[in-house]
Amino acid sequence: MTREQRQMLRCLQELEFVAIDLNLFLDTHPTDRAALQDFKRVSEELHKLKMAYEAKYGLLTVTGYGPDRYPWNWIEAPWPWELEY
Amino acid sequence: MWIYEKKLQYPVRVEKCDVGMARYLNAQYGGPDGELAAALRYLNQRYTMPTKKAQGLLTDIGTEEMAHLEIIATLVYKLTKGVSPEELRKAGLGGHYAHHDNALFYTDANGVPWTAAYIQATGDPITDLHEDMAAEQKARATYEHLINLTDDPGVKDALRFLREREVVHFQRFGEALNDVQDFVQHKRCY
Repeated sequence: MTREQRQMLRCLQELEFVAIDLNLFLDTHPTDRAALQDFKRVSEELHKLKMAYEAKYGLLTVTGYGPDRYPWNWIEAPWPWELEY
Repeated sequence: MWIYEKKLQYPVRVEKCDVGMARYLNAQYGGPDGELAAALRYLNQRYTMPTKKAQGLLTDIGTEEMAHLEIIATLVYKLTKGVSPEELRKAGLGGHYAHHDNALFYTDANGVPWTAAYIQATGDPITDLHEDMAAEQKARATYEHLINLTDDPGVKDALRFLREREVVHFQRFGEALNDVQDFVQHKRCY
């Protein structure tokens, strides 16, 4: 994995971590406006970054945003346990 | 349903192979307070939760536990990648090799296979949430033991992340428990 990919993946993992943590917090605090606002902002940023990552390094989910679907490219990029940091 | 995302929740970097540590990490793979037990416990208990908060939380924490299971699996995979039967035998994994070669398997650190007897669903939401809170504390303690068993900075880093998540889950389960207790009391008033 290149340094650039590692950094982008790291950003993605950081943003998704914030989203997951806010998700759990909101499950038990559904009327917390500040947390809701943070969740909305982070979800939007995450969505944008995922699209950019997928365009460069391959699909994250099978219905993700790849530039070209021929040949079937879901299985091409390495699996998470194969990535060397 | 679930959708697979082709990345880890937290990056896993290991310095070098360490078969002994891989064996100990099985504690959190197929052990009684491990990630498989956690995911299956929560995703099964959610059907008998009486409040939206508790149903939502068990679904979402159960899902996060699947991601933690993948982190533990990746650690075990990387720590044992390409090691010989001789090395496995030296680290006490000769029996594992006999049954499973270099494959991963849901056992605890001593090779005891995972069993559903590790987890409970009583149908009583207050009892089940107390079990979940205890499970998070047991997992936290296990992570602290595992952190003490390795010098590998990458392994320690991943384990510290997982330990911290147990603390957060414990807190959220406590809030869900309060919600369920309010619900039960409110129901009794009528």
